[in-house]
Amino acid sequence: MQTDPETAPTDPRLEHLVVVGNGMAGLRLVEEIVQRAPGRYAITIVGKEPEPAYNRVLLSSLLAGEIGEDDIRLRDRRWYADHGIELITGDAATGLDTGARTLMLASGKRLSFDRAVLATGSNPIRPPVPGSELRGVLTFRDLADIAAMRRLATAGERAIVIGGGLLGIEAAYGLARAGIGVTLLHLMDRLMERQLDPRAATLLRQAIEAKGIEVVLQAETAAIVGDGKADGVLLKDGRRIDGGLVVFAIGIRPEAELAREAGLACNRGIIVDDTLATSAPGIFAIGECAEHRGQCYGLVEPAYAQARVLAQALLGEEAGYNGTVLATNLKVSGVPVFSAGDFLGGDGCEEIILSDPGRSTYKKLVIRRIGGSQQLAGVVLFGDTADGLWYLEMIRTGTAIDRMRGDLIFGRDFVGSAA
Amino acid sequence: MDGAARPPLRTTCPYCGVGCGVLPEADGSGGWKVRGDPNHPANFGRLCSKGSALGETLSLDDRLLHPMIGDARVGWDEALDAVAGGFARVIDRHGPDAVAFYVSGQLLTEDYYVANKLMKGFIGSANIDTNSRLCMASSVAGHKRAFGEDVVPGCYDDLDEADLIVLVGSNAAWCHPVLFHRMVRNRSTRGARIVNLDPRCTATGEEADLQLSLAGGTDALLFNGLLVDLARRGRIDHQYVGAYTEGFADALAMAQSLAPDAAATARACGLPTDAVEQFFAWFAATDRVVTCYSQGVNQSVAGTDKVNAIINCHLATGRIGHPGVGPLSLTGQPNAMGGREVGGLANQLAAHMGFDPPAVDRVRRFWRAPRMATREGLKAVDMFEAVACGRIKALWVIATNPVVSLPRADAIRAGLDRLELFVVSDNVIGADTVVRAPIRLPACGWGEKDGTVTNSERRISRQRPFLPPPGEAQPDWWIVCQVARRLGHGDAFAYETAAEIFAEHAALSAFENAGSRAFDLGGLAALTNEQYDSLPPFQWPQRAHPLSPERSRLFASGGFLTANGRGQFVPVDAPPEPAGDADPAFPLRLNTGRVRDQWHTMTRTGKSPRLAQHLLEPFVEVHPDDAARFGVADGRLARVRSAHGEAVLRVIVNSGQRQGSVFAPIHWSAENASDGRIGALVHGAADPISGQPDSKATACTIAACTYPLEGFILSRDLLALSTPYWVRVSLQTGWLYRIALEGEPEPSWGAWAARLFRADEGRLLQLSDPQSPCYRAAYLCDDRLAGCLFVGEHGQLPAWDWLSRLIGQPVTEEAQRRGLLAGRASDGVADQGPIICACFAVGRNRITDAIVADGCHSVEAIGAALQAGTNCGSCIPELRRLIASENALHAA
Repeated sequence: MQTDPETAPTDPRLEHLVVVGNGMAGLRLVEEIVQRAPGRYAITIVGKEPEPAYNRVLLSSLLAGEIGEDDIRLRDRRWYADHGIELITGDAATGLDTGARTLMLASGKRLSFDRAVLATGSNPIRPPVPGSELRGVLTFRDLADIAAMRRLATAGERAIVIGGGLLGIEAAYGLARAGIGVTLLHLMDRLMERQLDPRAATLLRQAIEAKGIEVVLQAETAAIVGDGKADGVLLKDGRRIDGGLVVFAIGIRPEAELAREAGLACNRGIIVDDTLATSAPGIFAIGECAEHRGQCYGLVEPAYAQARVLAQALLGEEAGYNGTVLATNLKVSGVPVFSAGDFLGGDGCEEIILSDPGRSTYKKLVIRRIGGSQQLAGVVLFGDTADGLWYLEMIRTGTAIDRMRGDLIFGRDFVGSAA
Repeated sequence: MDGAARPPLRTTCPYCGVGCGVLPEADGSGGWKVRGDPNHPANFGRLCSKGSALGETLSLDDRLLHPMIGDARVGWDEALDAVAGGFARVIDRHGPDAVAFYVSGQLLTEDYYVANKLMKGFIGSANIDTNSRLCMASSVAGHKRAFGEDVVPGCYDDLDEADLIVLVGSNAAWCHPVLFHRMVRNRSTRGARIVNLDPRCTATGEEADLQLSLAGGTDALLFNGLLVDLARRGRIDHQYVGAYTEGFADALAMAQSLAPDAAATARACGLPTDAVEQFFAWFAATDRVVTCYSQGVNQSVAGTDKVNAIINCHLATGRIGHPGVGPLSLTGQPNAMGGREVGGLANQLAAHMGFDPPAVDRVRRFWRAPRMATREGLKAVDMFEAVACGRIKALWVIATNPVVSLPRADAIRAGLDRLELFVVSDNVIGADTVVRAPIRLPACGWGEKDGTVTNSERRISRQRPFLPPPGEAQPDWWIVCQVARRLGHGDAFAYETAAEIFAEHAALSAFENAGSRAFDLGGLAALTNEQYDSLPPFQWPQRAHPLSPERSRLFASGGFLTANGRGQFVPVDAPPEPAGDADPAFPLRLNTGRVRDQWHTMTRTGKSPRLAQHLLEPFVEVHPDDAARFGVADGRLARVRSAHGEAVLRVIVNSGQRQGSVFAPIHWSAENASDGRIGALVHGAADPISGQPDSKATACTIAACTYPLEGFILSRDLLALSTPYWVRVSLQTGWLYRIALEGEPEPSWGAWAARLFRADEGRLLQLSDPQSPCYRAAYLCDDRLAGCLFVGEHGQLPAWDWLSRLIGQPVTEEAQRRGLLAGRASDGVADQGPIICACFAVGRNRITDAIVADGCHSVEAIGAALQAGTNCGSCIPELRRLIASENALHAA
């Protein structure tokens, strides 16, 4: 464990706020608080990784060698000190006493608090297939995973990434860019099936294959084979894919063990209400570990939205979190992909589709009539995602688009100039 | 080429009867620019939009370049043998009246002369008629009745010197813009008044001091009323009437019985009494009156009577033959008058002589003709009826497009299939008539031809060649002479040059003339080739050498060409009931005419992108009340039907249109529109005297066309479309098609677009919105925009003009590419809207911007800012309208 030497001891006259988890959600919460009301809380933030919070979204770029470790750091230790925040890194929380309002750490340290925020994130899922314990079988979550991949890569291993979702594609891209031969295995018949419609998924597959990644769809893993060390993946249909580096990227599970053991109401994640409060007074949860209205999020944007709302709540402001309309924004692989809302459409929906094969762009808007007006229900953008956030805002606010419908697919520039 | 300044080549515009002098100049990059000849007395350097765009019409891409029989290219000998052999066979078997020539006011006088000579002196029939039958025949007949000869008494200078200019059935602002400009300039410099008599308030009417939107066909009644009123006011020039005319009393008595006073006249003409009184008062009080008339007078079942009703008023007041006075027939075609001079109408013989036996004998002796026609031949409408019923078995159509332009054009088209021999000589390959003819002979076009034309003021000007004949094209006179030689008449048709033909024509005009015919070019009968080449524009008569350059006027002191030398008043009876009035299925009257920037069947003007943009589509103008009654809407398509045919046209709701009457332009053909041939609707009724068809009053009806989808296609290449409605418009680098359809073509939009552009569907940029019907596609070939297709519901389509500028061009900027299917750039580059000023290609939006943003509240200010309206000026009425509407909008 490490208590940062630069960290000032917390001011005992202030209410003590302990944030469990120094990831993107936890840091953002702290940033919001110190920006809005510096000195309102004595803050301690505890992280189990050795380094302070960094931007996980950029891990594949780091793996690809496109950026360095410094580039993904969000705040350096100096920043925490300057803002009077006690930063504890490399020390995991092991127990939570909701009655005594005390947090136990692996180092044996105990932190008493007035309020605690759980921002413990999630863990990658490792499926219970034979061989998953072999050396060379990794996940794609943190800097340690990246370091392990690099070690194996330098040994000349071929890589197999299992999981054709956002995470798996980013991992495969990072590996390929790092010069490693990569096979991407995906259980379903198209990539990113939860974020993309079939056409965008096909374009994505073509784009990924163009980058030298071999894509195998409808690939159900039966076992990882190897003797002590992974040699490849055996599929249920009998195919065998060779590779000494196997990366599971099939999903995440909210890290709720601490809360569950402390008796907080949990489902998949830690159940929170619209003020991000858990079932225990004074204890809140945000980010991937939290479950709001039955939904656990795996993306950074809802975590940031929750952090903002919680900061307001902790500062005594009226604030409520109503959930986030999800947007997927895949940027890393050099293949801009954006999707949001109900992008599959279906009954009662109208689809506007624009495509330019020469530029590998494809855009789909799903429009739904609600009452007397038309609203944007979902969007898929492939190749040109410049207007993604603009569409997302319309989906979120339920903007009536009747007057601009004809130009909407061309993006904000065109709707502006049509007026 | 040496660097010395060479005198510019002077030639004459091939469009309307104004006959403007033009100076073609090579633009240094293989093309030509055409500007007005400052020395030509018809235009003094000014040109209209059509003339200014002549340089854009000289491309060879649609030219007929080689003789063809069926689908085969053949040599001239083979083609000429086939033509001559075919005529000889039909004549042998069925006699000379089984053959006919249908020729054109586009022909030069020399072409016309040899065609007429061959038919009337050597084949032995008078079955040669001309498309001038469709435009000038009633004026010819009216002139002959009143003056004894087809003579226009005045000249253009009269327009500069008149104090009242009355326009009857003439949209001169669009159809004779250069003359109209002289009238407007007179108004602003001398204060002349302009009165416009027309059922429609046209661009001409908008400029007039008084617009009388009289009921169609009542023009003669109005002039009868005027004659009565002039008598009542004591404005009759009894000295002139008594000394030089006869028949005044009968004409006045007839007029009094039909139009006893202004109120009765107004009622009969469907006009407000005070407006009629105003017109009568102005006419009575103004000594210098010119009355200009055109197709609204001529194209009528009572066209000849209308002409005489007008002339009656000028004879009665002695307003003829002096500066600033007279009736002035505005000729439609560049050489309608030249055709009349050689006798190119079936009811004339030659050189203003008829079929009276002394004239026939005189011409026989002059021509040494073996087989003279001794009676009139079949006029155009009758000629094509004779074709349809099989009486005429061999037809040669020269330089005209009757399948589009004749009344009952569908029936005409069908009738052509019965011919044993059907020959066309033309310069274009795709015209509706040309494509139907088994034998096609390539003729020289404007810029290649060498000869003369006569304009509306009896002025003969040279058309001189400045381009080499393309392919194997030959002058029309050469083609006719070659056929004549093969028919055994080599000696009579042994001309080496056009000049020799002209000299013979001049000699015939003077032959045994002795003042009996005003048409006398005796002074030119001995013209050499060199003199012909340098011939300046001059007016006839020219009885002696050297030529007189003076402006000439006739009849100021009598000297009429009638038997007794007196001008004739013609009592003008009430017009016959319009045809088809009894049929309740056709409650409307179809009026037809020209638009500003197109000419005839668009075989030449249709090539100019600039001209195409004034009015893109065949349209029908409808009064707002009729639009409501028949359920048609502005900007939508409507089907107009008559008993003879139908057309699908874009509706323009216009309160300037008279209720009960609709107007449609004559220009579109099957070559450039699916359903735009107005000739198909027009009835076959004709003036009984002149034989000129009445193209202004066909009984018809109109109904909305309910195609659910509309669209446009821009294409680098010509397309063959099968959409239920389409119109083709030429662009700088390709074509625009406007279309309408029932729904998605089988099997899919994408497959259809791919087929249109001959592209792989997988390479198309596409936009689809299957629920609200919308489909767009663009095809880039080597990053150049080869085509795009836009389909949607009416009103849901973007403007096409931004895209049209990209057709055939590289699309390299991402902003452009992103905008392709939006139809515009994202940076808000202004769409300049439909072209208003064709000369300087200034669009409506630029003009309204200048009015609103830059405070240009006068035509002059707009001209100074944008140049619009400063060349031909034919857009000035539209500029005024824009100023007025923008001011009204912003004052509100």
